Amino acid sequence: MEKGAEVKPPISDTTIAGWLKKNLFSTKLNSFLTIITLYYLWKTIPPFVKWAFLDSAWFTPPQMCRNIDGACWSVITKNIRFILFGFFPYDQQWRPLVAMLVLFGLLYYSKERHRWNRRLIYYWGVGLTIMAILMKGGIFGLTSVESTKWSGLPLTLLLSVFGLTAAYPLGVILALGRQSKMPAVKVLSIVYIELIRGVPLISLLFMGSIIFPLFLPEGITISKILRAQVAIILFTAAYIAEVVRGGLQAIPKGQYEAAASLGLNYYQTMRLVVLPQALKIVIPPTVSVLISAFKDTSLVVIIALYDVLKTTQTVLSDPHWMGFSREAYIFLAILYFLGCFSMSQTSRKLERELNIER
Amino acid sequence: MAYSHDKNIIVEIIDLHKWFGSFHVLKGINLHVHRGERIVICGPSGSGKSTLIRCINRLEEHQKGKIIVDGIELTNNVKNIEKIRSEVGMVFQHFNLFPHLTVLENLTLGPIWVRKMPKKEAEEIAMHFLEKVHIVDQAHKYPGQLSGGQQQRVAIARSLCMSPKIMLFDEPTSALDPEMIKEVLDVMIELAQEGMTMIVVTHEMGFAKKVAHRVMFMDGGVIVESNPPEEFFSNPRHERTKLFLSQILH
Repeated sequence: MEKGAEVKPPISDTTIAGWLKKNLFSTKLNSFLTIITLYYLWKTIPPFVKWAFLDSAWFTPPQMCRNIDGACWSVITKNIRFILFGFFPYDQQWRPLVAMLVLFGLLYYSKERHRWNRRLIYYWGVGLTIMAILMKGGIFGLTSVESTKWSGLPLTLLLSVFGLTAAYPLGVILALGRQSKMPAVKVLSIVYIELIRGVPLISLLFMGSIIFPLFLPEGITISKILRAQVAIILFTAAYIAEVVRGGLQAIPKGQYEAAASLGLNYYQTMRLVVLPQALKIVIPPTVSVLISAFKDTSLVVIIALYDVLKTTQTVLSDPHWMGFSREAYIFLAILYFLGCFSMSQTSRKLERELNIER
Repeated sequence: MAYSHDKNIIVEIIDLHKWFGSFHVLKGINLHVHRGERIVICGPSGSGKSTLIRCINRLEEHQKGKIIVDGIELTNNVKNIEKIRSEVGMVFQHFNLFPHLTVLENLTLGPIWVRKMPKKEAEEIAMHFLEKVHIVDQAHKYPGQLSGGQQQRVAIARSLCMSPKIMLFDEPTSALDPEMIKEVLDVMIELAQEGMTMIVVTHEMGFAKKVAHRVMFMDGGVIVESNPPEEFFSNPRHERTKLFLSQILH
């Protein structure tokens, strides 16, 4: 062959047949596994499609659902307003809807890193105020709605978005505290982290809802939602603290020394040199913690808060809709999946962008 | 010695002792460094030479004796320590640049946050010093994209941006590939010729001959011998110095 002549890649890498042979039928065992897998896919996918789409009912009354073989998505569509908004006064449900849209808008806008500046904080301030006014009412001619009526998806989002955004900085502070040279700070942080990690979230929620009010002076009540919210924040922060500690330990001593030799003080060193590197390293495990905390918000059902899981279950306990739990839970799974998946996508995008320097 | 007035002394070390656990690293060091003076410290590993210069900006804490830098004694007073650190530049063996910041941001970090300098002014100064270390075209790259020699020159420029009164070099060429040592030494020689006060821990004896006012040999936590380079190299007095020189000069 002539030197430098263009050499084509081997056939096996370019044609479909070549790809199939290489990846699916390379050995006897692999061919066998491929065939088994195809068989099971054939046995499961078409019936599912038939059940979910071809034979399904979408907007029918419950009685008609009893006569069909397929899925009864009507359980969702006919009850969507209760599933999403729960006990929020029916004629006022546009308010949580708008509040959620504002929240999604803000989250979407915050995705781009180049928008992380002072203006973004301002937007969030305005957005949160609007959301609070919409949910609570009592001014601008909006009827007042008690927080005990907040339920459904807005409640889930409230608990998770505020839970996660408050837990993250608290966790970082705890991680720094655990590394502190001041013995009191260090011991307090360790005790906090180990105590909180040592109990299940459920027990914290119970404590917040049942035991905590016993210690309050008479006449003072703190909303149940707030108590659950605080429990979630305290719980998640302990886990984030340990993840962040791992990141802090990965920062070489030389970085601290270089910062010190410039005359930077402790806070400047942490803020400008150590944390930006440490937090970046721990993005993947941090997002795992955040995702599981998001899903754990559904545990508030046990203290009788009506999050989106509980409102769905309530619909299922209606005699008309009993028995359609498959459809309802698939719908819920999709909702939760969308939340978790968008979190992990955002974190991967963030990681890619932060990796330019290497 | 040509220097004698006290206010000309920038670093004064009196009977300095330091232990790592029960290991006695520095055993009564006395050293005066005058403004504009350039000292090269050499010695076998474990002799305490790095520890000595790391004590000068309190990256290591000493347990006995006194260190006075520019009229301020190093104690546990955090404000004093930060003040001294901002006046004392340090260049490390492993560069220790901040990998998440661009070269320019590495240089402006100190001036902006410690000296409270406006960003624009800090960047002008940074560009001036990048020019001085011949690396202006890399200003917007990240440290990870530079060679070792380039990174070390950035590290030198980063210290210079704080307009230090004295520069400490802790084996600045030991982690470099041979072909990059010269570019770093050249920058250090230029710096010396401009009159910068320097304490350099290194085994680059060519550098010592060229720019040092004094060469010190440390072994076992004490300064064994301290002389001007001509004297030090041509007529070492102690057996240990002779042995060491024969080992590194081949």
